[in-house]
Amino acid sequence: MSAIISRIAGRGIPLRGNDIDTDRIIPARFLRCVTFDGLGAHAFEDDRQQLARAGKQHPFDEPRFSDGIVLVVNGNFGCGSSREHAPQALAKWGKGIKAIVGVSFSEIFSGNCTAMGLPCLRISQADADAIQTAIEADPAVEVVVDLNDLSVAIGSQRWSAQLADAARKQFLTGQWDALGELVDGLPQVKATAARLPYLNAFAS
Amino acid sequence: MSQRTLFDKVWDLHTVRVLPSGQTQLFIGLHLIHEVTSPQAFAWVHERGLKVAFPDRNLATVDHIVPTEDQSRPYADTQAEEMLVAIDRNCREFGIRLYQPGSGKQGVVHIIAPEQGLTQPGMTVACGDSHTATHGAFGAIAFGIGTSQVRDVLASQTLAMSRLKVRRIEINGTLGRGVTAKDVILHVLRVLSAKGGVGFAYEFAGSTIDAMSMEERMTVCNMAIEGGARCGYINPDATTFAYLKGREHAPSGAAWAKAVAFWQSIASGSDAVFDDVKTFAAADIAPTVTWGISPDHAIAIDEQIPDVTAFPESERPNIAEAHQYMGLTPGQPIKGLKIDVAFIGSCTNGRISDLRAAADVIQAHGGQVAAHVKAFIVPGSEAVKAAAEAEGLDRIFTKHGFEWREAGCSMCLAMNPDKLKGRQISASSSNRNFKGRQGSPEGRTLLMSPAMVAVAALEGAVSDVRAVEAKVPAAKVTVTKALTAKAATARTMRAPAGKRPVRTVATKPVTRAKVVGRKAGKLVVKSAKPAKPAKAVKAVKASKAAKAKRQAKPAKAKPAKNQAKSKPTRKPAAKPVKPVRRALRRNGLK
Repeated sequence: MSAIISRIAGRGIPLRGNDIDTDRIIPARFLRCVTFDGLGAHAFEDDRQQLARAGKQHPFDEPRFSDGIVLVVNGNFGCGSSREHAPQALAKWGKGIKAIVGVSFSEIFSGNCTAMGLPCLRISQADADAIQTAIEADPAVEVVVDLNDLSVAIGSQRWSAQLADAARKQFLTGQWDALGELVDGLPQVKATAARLPYLNAFAS
Repeated sequence: MSQRTLFDKVWDLHTVRVLPSGQTQLFIGLHLIHEVTSPQAFAWVHERGLKVAFPDRNLATVDHIVPTEDQSRPYADTQAEEMLVAIDRNCREFGIRLYQPGSGKQGVVHIIAPEQGLTQPGMTVACGDSHTATHGAFGAIAFGIGTSQVRDVLASQTLAMSRLKVRRIEINGTLGRGVTAKDVILHVLRVLSAKGGVGFAYEFAGSTIDAMSMEERMTVCNMAIEGGARCGYINPDATTFAYLKGREHAPSGAAWAKAVAFWQSIASGSDAVFDDVKTFAAADIAPTVTWGISPDHAIAIDEQIPDVTAFPESERPNIAEAHQYMGLTPGQPIKGLKIDVAFIGSCTNGRISDLRAAADVIQAHGGQVAAHVKAFIVPGSEAVKAAAEAEGLDRIFTKHGFEWREAGCSMCLAMNPDKLKGRQISASSSNRNFKGRQGSPEGRTLLMSPAMVAVAALEGAVSDVRAVEAKVPAAKVTVTKALTAKAATARTMRAPAGKRPVRTVATKPVTRAKVVGRKAGKLVVKSAKPAKPAKAVKAVKASKAAKAKRQAKPAKAKPAKNQAKSKPTRKPAAKPVKPVRRALRRNGLK
């Protein structure tokens, strides 16, 4: 049984752009490790450095967003490699990203996030833009992500969000770490294996 | 909701139970492990005092971080060495088979499992790597997973998953000359976008797919993930069964017939219901190249870099970002774009047929890797390397200026020493052109087929492979007629059963002769002799001069010439040069 996650409230970080892939979230050279420790410092390393060289700042480098724990993104966030190092780096960045709100997510990425207890909620493109704009206008605002009523709110503004039923249940019941449940099912797992043709009738 | 598709049948067969969340606990028939995404998973299993539930259904290898030049241990990269030590220790602790470099069975995880007959129709496959989709080519349901899920599979041989929708992608017709499986999938990605497949499993079907070899099918399924699909698959058929027969872990003897019966039963029925169907015509697909920073930023070789206005409003910022990152201007042709590095390899295109295709094009072209280009070829596995060397492909590569390396993932993701530098542009047979993907934070990647990479390396710039194929004079076919039959026989004997006949009839037989062995080569020389040696030498000199000229001004001028030549309007009588040259070369005279 993992912790119940129903509401995340804190400052936001707006990160605009579609198709932000996991190579950008954590470049492959930082995957040469046997633990996830220390990954946080390298989140968006190359994007941040490139912008810095161009005299600009990546939202992760902007002091006004440094306390952010709710990341607000656009479409197909986390596409590409299945590396869990990507959400692990986000969870270990600064104060730690605790929820991600975006237009859409790569499935492997959002699955990894769920398994780590990091909810990824979907909202419309227009709403993502509105939330990003609101945070940019006042980085101190509190962004409230509510898994009970599936909403994102800033002050009196409220946007409805989506989360797959299964993932929502997992967070609300504290079952997002599936391991215990899966291991509990081992007798049934063995029964399933016993009826798979390739493990029995023609096992090689 | 899809019904009676292969996906549905395999899903139902592997369903252990429905979890309280509504997800399915799904049995995983084959779990593949590599060094990058597994150490933390093993640590968690260890910390919780758990065991690996089905060690026999797990197989590990090392591929992502292995160097492709000096593989002596300990590795110069201490972090890479640490990862190798970790996977070795973990596999020993939990009783999992590990294929290390030097075992003869090591290689890119998605290449070794099929070549050893481990991946079979009707299975569920999982691996901590998004390109696990590759195994779907066999009619398996194969998922890329993260490290927490690697832990789950280790400890329970199951995953908690939600069912996917199924989209049938039907591609019909015969592919044109020079158009490969890689071009097919890049074209599909371009049309359906990098996120169009989110929530779906892709079933690839149609006469174009039916005609493909298993290796080509693996290329297609490999990149399903690039379209956002969680997995891609192809229904098993005679091609699948022929590929599997006789492989180390494939059923044999009395079990074979039972296996085939099961495999046939698992295919999508004629009464299958899909959530969505998209159709494509093979005739619409040209050799395709990516120009941007997402695999769906793909265009045909004859096209220009698209303008932002060609895309929906929501995509335009990304397209503009791609123009800027790549340093390309809308309207600029992709053909003729100068490259710095050429890479052939990866789980997408690092199999023996990919290397054969590259070798064919290199021989048809006849030139050397352009002076400004670093070109290297990384076989997908130790077995692929051995097969290539037995056929003499390595000698073709090195003779023409390509480096020949050890097996691994290499510059597909550049976790080993193979990396781009600065803003270098790479022509790459891999699967991702993301920013910084190939090791330099500013590096630029153009994805294309192995044959297209080969010709780009030789020309020093993005070129149309069809122009190279068209260079082979029709006359040659007559000159080498006797050989053609012999080479074809040799090929049939050697090629995996079920491999379809090659498309590029004009170039293949001669290459095979080179590949098959010296005896066949000598036969050609005899038949070629009437072409007068003196004249042949002259021709060789002339071609050398042409080559030098080509290398002197590599980028701009050439492509236009290629374009003009790309139509198969050959001049049969005028150039009896190439076969002779080739014959001389085969005998080590050039």
